[in-house]
Amino acid sequence: MDLAMDFPAFNEALPETILGLSAILILVFGAFRGDKGMTSISALCGAALIGAAFAAAWSPLGTAFSGSFVSDGVSVFAKVAMYIASAFIIVLGQGYFDRLNNRRFEFPILILLATLGMSIMVSAGDLIALYVGLELQSLALYVLAAFRRDDAKSSEAGLKYFVLGALASGLLLYGASLVYGFAGSMYFTDIAAAANDNMNVGLIFGLVFVISGLAFKVSAAPFHMWTPDVYEGAPTPVVAFFAGAPKFAAMILLARVLETAFLTEIDQWRQVLLVLAVLSFAVGGLGGLMQKDFKRLLAYSSIANMGYALLAIAAGTTQGIQALLMFFALYMVDSLGLFAAQMSLQRKDGEPVTRIDQFAGLAKVNMPIAIAITILALSVLGMPPFGGFWSKYFVFGAALSSDLIWFAVAGLVASVIAAFYYLRLIKLMWFDAPVVEFGKAPLETRWIALASAAFSFPGAIVFLIFGSVLAAAAVVGFGAH
Amino acid sequence: MLPAIPNLLSIVTFAPLFGAAVIMILRALSRRDDEAVIARNAKWISLWTTLVTLALSVVMLLQFNGASPAYQFEEHYTWFGPVSYHMGVDGISILFVALTAFLMPICIAASWTSITQRVTEYMVAFLLLETLVIGVFTSLDIFLFYIFFEGGLVPMFLIIGIWGGKDRVYAAYKFFLYTLLGSVLMLAAMLYMVNKLGTANIPEMTRLLTETPFPVDVQGFLWFAFFASFAVKMPMWPVHTWLPDAHVQAPTAGSVMLAGILLKLGGYGFIRFNLPMFPQASEMFAPLVMILSVIAVVYTSLVAFRQTDIKKLIAYSSVAHMGFVTMGIFAGNQLGVEGAIFQMISHGLISGALFLCVGVVYDRWHTREIAFYGGLTKLMPHFAFIFLLFTMANVGLPGTSGFIGEIATMTGAYDWGTWVALVSASGVIFSAVYALNLYKRVMFGVVTNDELKKYPDVDAREIAIFTPLIIGTLVLGIYPAFVFDFTTASVDGLVKAYQAAIGG
Repeated sequence: MDLAMDFPAFNEALPETILGLSAILILVFGAFRGDKGMTSISALCGAALIGAAFAAAWSPLGTAFSGSFVSDGVSVFAKVAMYIASAFIIVLGQGYFDRLNNRRFEFPILILLATLGMSIMVSAGDLIALYVGLELQSLALYVLAAFRRDDAKSSEAGLKYFVLGALASGLLLYGASLVYGFAGSMYFTDIAAAANDNMNVGLIFGLVFVISGLAFKVSAAPFHMWTPDVYEGAPTPVVAFFAGAPKFAAMILLARVLETAFLTEIDQWRQVLLVLAVLSFAVGGLGGLMQKDFKRLLAYSSIANMGYALLAIAAGTTQGIQALLMFFALYMVDSLGLFAAQMSLQRKDGEPVTRIDQFAGLAKVNMPIAIAITILALSVLGMPPFGGFWSKYFVFGAALSSDLIWFAVAGLVASVIAAFYYLRLIKLMWFDAPVVEFGKAPLETRWIALASAAFSFPGAIVFLIFGSVLAAAAVVGFGAH
Repeated sequence: MLPAIPNLLSIVTFAPLFGAAVIMILRALSRRDDEAVIARNAKWISLWTTLVTLALSVVMLLQFNGASPAYQFEEHYTWFGPVSYHMGVDGISILFVALTAFLMPICIAASWTSITQRVTEYMVAFLLLETLVIGVFTSLDIFLFYIFFEGGLVPMFLIIGIWGGKDRVYAAYKFFLYTLLGSVLMLAAMLYMVNKLGTANIPEMTRLLTETPFPVDVQGFLWFAFFASFAVKMPMWPVHTWLPDAHVQAPTAGSVMLAGILLKLGGYGFIRFNLPMFPQASEMFAPLVMILSVIAVVYTSLVAFRQTDIKKLIAYSSVAHMGFVTMGIFAGNQLGVEGAIFQMISHGLISGALFLCVGVVYDRWHTREIAFYGGLTKLMPHFAFIFLLFTMANVGLPGTSGFIGEIATMTGAYDWGTWVALVSASGVIFSAVYALNLYKRVMFGVVTNDELKKYPDVDAREIAIFTPLIIGTLVLGIYPAFVFDFTTASVDGLVKAYQAAIGG
């Protein structure tokens, strides 16, 4: 008997099914094995993610659960990228908690659950799926942020994230209820029809609340307040996770809501996104100048980068969505590499190197890592030929073809401001003398950092060839286009 | 006739990168305590790499057909979207490739003894820089051009920042951020153009824009975006302020690279993009460029006169000489543009040589204060000869290449507007004033400082460094057709299209 015949929906939702079932089964396994089984549980979770990635690539496209669940090119592209990113985070987390002697088996399972939430987000076809996916992801992330419960900063990060995140969820829910009330339906496609017939203040009001809630999740200014504190306090592998996949998922979700349900009202939401984007450029660029802590610096950098992603959505075209996909595919690698590089730097006494000025003289002590950080920093700041340059190439190309010329120029000028703080990092590593004694770099962090740098250049040369084709194919017919 | 080498252009471009990779691999393979051996290997590998690159570029010069305005040695592989790996040289760019390949071995040789710290990184940075700079001149895809153009900032940032003088960090930041701000505007313009035209192929874009130019207001914005980038690179007054800082702090070979090659990227960009792609805007803004150019020629010459630091003085003189280049380019006639190219090549040799002269005294006494020196003619007669020759070439003495460049650009500018030639001619006098004054104060007079007697005249290595530059300066001064044989056909096509577009 064929399972797919009885439950046709699971054909489309196969990756989510795999993730959900594995999370439950591995949790049961973990309950019996306890914390000493963390290594095998990590391996199982990683295997589940890889399996889900293959399932995502081969499962059929279409809608399921009467339209609540959409599997299309964009969601598949995003899922594969997110699953791979999550698998790397499990590797980083395993080593990190191992060295802290703080093994707890819930970590990989929580990553798995958060990934499941993100997976539902990128495939959401109605407001319920949107909220369920978002909350599943967020609740897992709140716990992860506070995962080092013996550490005051980590607990503080978790609490802050939870309180502000709950507020944002409330806003989003309020907006969703307004949209439902005025459109008379939960489904994005029905909302689109209603918006087309009769766009009224109630719908716009709801739309703005939904955008605000999602802007919080992607840490776009002015909803970015939590980001630096959470980045600084939460355990580094968790932050590396925060910086990539969840934001990707929230951005895809935002794009899907706007371009499925409200594409005809592009003039209404485009200005909101553009304001968010320009504010993010400004906050991310200027805020980063003052930072002393590496992770806080990356927090501001990610705020600025979310501005670029918003600009891509604001283009309102399939070219913009293609840019969004390429942007995140390249950006997630850079950000993963930078966090891995930071984790690879330890002092002789085992304390992590967190302050930027402690990076001084790294080129003399550990040239490969210094080169990797230099490449990744240059990449994030958008220097050619590194991956980050091409991510901006796609974003600004999309923005310019939608005639958002001055916003593209604003983004480029912001990148010059951001250049200053990355240059400072490079300057410290290459020009100055060491101030701390560096210990041996843990193996997996070192390799992930080097591999990310190699992906940024020269790997991107190859990636761009098929990545851009895949992304272009994925966005055909996205939303209401 | 030499046999044709397939992909010669790519080989010339990436040969230095290959050398850099070899150095890095050797370093990774060798033992930590072999610092001296690693450094010696790095030096020799770099020298040989740059010499091979030079030899290959000479082969390219010999095989180049100067009678044709077309791009030659073309290579074209599609990459993704509109972007492709497209290389090729015409009569304009091939000379800059040759100039780069010519100056690089000199830079390496000039750093032979003066660089003692982190030698491998230094050599790798220089080789990387050579690849990136040659790439700027050989790429025919607009994004490929941008990659090389921008990429050059990073090794130069490191060269200034690691091996520079006292205020190197400030100078490195200033250099990087100034030029980056200029080029991001250019990037926006490039993306806009590629979106509208559907191709990133430079010859193809030029052809499309010659047939159907952008509306004049759009052209104006685009022209200005490119101008912002190239004017900073050039550098034109008033955005030249990064240059003196960068020069003073950079090590000698870094200054040679900066003055000899990197400044030419701006002029090359004007010729490749602004003039052919936005002819109406170029004509519209030409008066602005002329005003800025004559200010550069006159004002920076006067500023140069007031300097107390030898390197700063030569840096300001570079700004003044680049004023002639911009003047010639935007005159938009055959003589002006060819003269501008000639002036850039000639200035590459002369200013490079002058910075090497500063390097000679700086390596000995570690100061660039003019007041410290005096009477060196008696102590270093060979050096006095070399320095005098290049000082005269810098002034534009007939018989040296400096003369040809200035007279050609001024004649070109005279056709455009009499006043430009009139004012800029006075700049020639000012340049004689500051250059001769510098020579007088450093070389003539009595030796008042006993420190100066401590070191000998130039040695064989230094003479070997200067010889090719002396030959180049004199040969081009006496027989400028070596350059014009290459440029005439290409510039002719460019100028005809430009004149037709502006209806002149």
